[in-house]
Amino acid sequence: MKVTIDGIEIDVPKGTTILQAARMIGADVAPPAMCYYTNLKTSGGYCRTCIVKVTQGSAANPTPMPKPVASCRTEVMDGMVVENFTNPEIVEARKGIVEFLLINHPLDCPVCDQAGECKLQDLGYENGLAESRYEFERREYEMIDIGEKIKLHMNRCILCYRCVKVAEQITDGRVHGVINRGDAAEISTYIEQAIDNEFSGNVIDVCPVGALTDKTFRFKQRVWFTKPMNAHRNCTSCSGKVRLWFKGDDVLRVTARKDEWDEAEEFICNGCRYDHKSKYDWVIEGPAPIHRQSVISQNKYANLDEKKLQELKNQKALGFMKIDKKP
Amino acid sequence: MPRKLLIQNVDVPGISSLETYRAHGGYASVEKALKTMRPEDVVEEVKKSGLRGRGGAGFPTGLKWSFLAKPEGVPRYLVCNADESEPGTFKDRFLMEKTPHSLVEGMITSAYALGVHTSYIYIRGEFFYVARILENAIKEAYAAGLLGKNILGTDFSLDCHVHVGAGAYICGEETALLESLEGKRGNPRIKPPFPAVAGLYGCPTVVNNVETIAAVAPIVNMGGDEYAKIGIGKSTGTKLISASGHINKPGVYEIELGLPVEEFIYGEEYCGGMRNGKKLKAVVAGGSSVPILPADLILKTANGEPRLMSYESLGDGGFQTGTMLGSGGFIVMNEDTSIVKNLFTFTRFYHHESCGQCSPCREGTGWMEKILQKFINGTAQESDVDLLWDVQGKIEGKTICPFGEAAAWPVAAAIRHFKDEFLEIARNKKFVDISHYEKLNGGLS
Ligand SMILES: Cc1cc2nc3c(=O)[nH]c(=O)nc-3n(C[C@H](O)[C@H](O)[C@H](O)COP(=O)(O)O)c2cc1C
Ligand code: SF4
Ligand code: FES
Repeated sequence: MKVTIDGIEIDVPKGTTILQAARMIGADVAPPAMCYYTNLKTSGGYCRTCIVKVTQGSAANPTPMPKPVASCRTEVMDGMVVENFTNPEIVEARKGIVEFLLINHPLDCPVCDQAGECKLQDLGYENGLAESRYEFERREYEMIDIGEKIKLHMNRCILCYRCVKVAEQITDGRVHGVINRGDAAEISTYIEQAIDNEFSGNVIDVCPVGALTDKTFRFKQRVWFTKPMNAHRNCTSCSGKVRLWFKGDDVLRVTARKDEWDEAEEFICNGCRYDHKSKYDWVIEGPAPIHRQSVISQNKYANLDEKKLQELKNQKALGFMKIDKKP
Repeated sequence: MPRKLLIQNVDVPGISSLETYRAHGGYASVEKALKTMRPEDVVEEVKKSGLRGRGGAGFPTGLKWSFLAKPEGVPRYLVCNADESEPGTFKDRFLMEKTPHSLVEGMITSAYALGVHTSYIYIRGEFFYVARILENAIKEAYAAGLLGKNILGTDFSLDCHVHVGAGAYICGEETALLESLEGKRGNPRIKPPFPAVAGLYGCPTVVNNVETIAAVAPIVNMGGDEYAKIGIGKSTGTKLISASGHINKPGVYEIELGLPVEEFIYGEEYCGGMRNGKKLKAVVAGGSSVPILPADLILKTANGEPRLMSYESLGDGGFQTGTMLGSGGFIVMNEDTSIVKNLFTFTRFYHHESCGQCSPCREGTGWMEKILQKFINGTAQESDVDLLWDVQGKIEGKTICPFGEAAAWPVAAAIRHFKDEFLEIARNKKFVDISHYEKLNGGLS
């Protein structure tokens, strides 16, 4: 099936979503996705950051779709034409969605462990306004310990449902992921049931923000001061293929390996995640590839092109940051 | 004399009993359909009738029925949407409460047309007493051989169950309704697939409003062509209107579509004019989610034509100068009404009822309520009007289900037509009195 996204045509198999097709073309056209997760069935559709405009439904039926659609949940049709970054209305709408995600977010990045690898932070920089138009008190919840190893900071949650899907898809029986309704909705109880499950730690990896964090790593180190290495071990529960986060010789954290879209390639077990924090437990394969855009690569903001930088400066978004532009 | 097809007998004593209902011609459509027509003939009559969904969207019912997938060996379901929670709408409750057999009759005839053997009536939790009335009617129908195995001696069988919801507006959205009916959290599903392909328990399902299903009986009785003669243009047949607000005779009226709005408001047969002789200020014509219109635009279109109670006429002019027939919740406001206060009430409702799945609706509805709260408190600034306008625009069309529009449209329309009222409050730091809320429900929470 042929689909054109932001003017670039690609041939994809039937059943491919617009988001997947866009990712095949590359990061320049791929919409940001906060709730979709390739390895989690029925994920996506909630956050609405990935919305795009379908200007031609298909070759057979060229009528445009009346409303923007969630690219992560919309399959391509032969001859479909899609606009993402090239459509000013979509760009504007996405700004709105980012703003909605941020109005009740505590913006406590300076004390948040996720800072530096937070999808919401990235999204905010790329699409946000410099100043909040929201003048009211933000929602607040108590922090909750979910078992010994996981901290739930509901204040930071964007209700992407990814952790709910993890719990649903790796525990038996019916589980409730979200209690209450509307903006009082919160992630709850089910996870406590999932605690017994040896894959429960994956809720940390799928969380796009700092709502679910690894208590064995909390406040140990800013991620950009740690070095990620790919490593493996013989594990009877999972593939044993992980990413170790080093500070000097110490392994501070173990996570799943993430691909260029920040999604875990394979889920790992709690044994690998929490109980093997010595480098001698692992066969080190070598440094993990670091995404060009990651702050961990240190140059994230210096790598932004001139035009975008100017735009950000204009927005005062980087007003508090020192920008060292390398020659 | 305008024709009535749905609630003509509500004043007959005992009409809620099967015996009286049948004595007044009830269940004729079941006899006719099951004994003399093939299922596809019934669908054809409904198509010819031009009946459009009475739940709000006005989608042609015959067309919806023809979309129903019919894979071999897979059950199909008919689900009646009796969740009626749109503020200003109370016609389904009236019909079910007064003449429950009208709905049961429509269910049987519709199920026959669709080849359905299990059907559900999903009714909102607050209508528990209506659910009892329906259950009673269903029991009578079973006893009379109108439900159950081999209805009226034919080989058609049908079961009908009443399911009581827990009182959530969002469970009126058809896919949230199906989730709730399956025993899950009432969150709207991401579409496609549509219920016609994968609905209840993943099987093909038709969801129709109470009034839509009840209208199938008269359509089968009189024939689709005859039904289509009532009304105007593509707005065929009769429609129940729930009239409320500052009028002399609030209540449920069955009108022939095409009735002039002016006659509906001022006619003795209908609302009987404005209460205490006050002037008409504005009307919300189709339930809280449709755009409000000021008096001049509700009585006449922008072209000066008389505005009629029909899908097309109310929609004339788009949202710039028109509105929608919606669910037929007709809310009339007099010159003393504060549009801002009214909007605050609506927005508060939408904030409370958002399911919270998708970000624009979850966050945006609360934000809009908080901004409107500033107008109520007298702390709003002029710029808040623009902010409100911007926020509603960022919700509309970006959500999983049409709740986003339902929450955004009232805000847009109030600002579009009554911006001065907002500005005046902002400029003069006027306070809008909502103290009666404290008395009503223990304050704002
Ligand atoms: C937020 C929301 C609430 C709704 N509430 C109702 C309702 O209470 N009753 C109803 O019949 N339809 C309601 N609908 C419309 C239904 O989704 C559906 O379109 C309708 O039941 C179809 O029936 P019809 O074709 O007979 O109108 C609602 C839709 C939305 C988006
Ligand atoms: S629009 Fe609102 S009610 Fe509908 S799915 Fe999204 S959050 Fe839920
Ligand atoms: S990623 Fe598509 S809606 Fe969230």
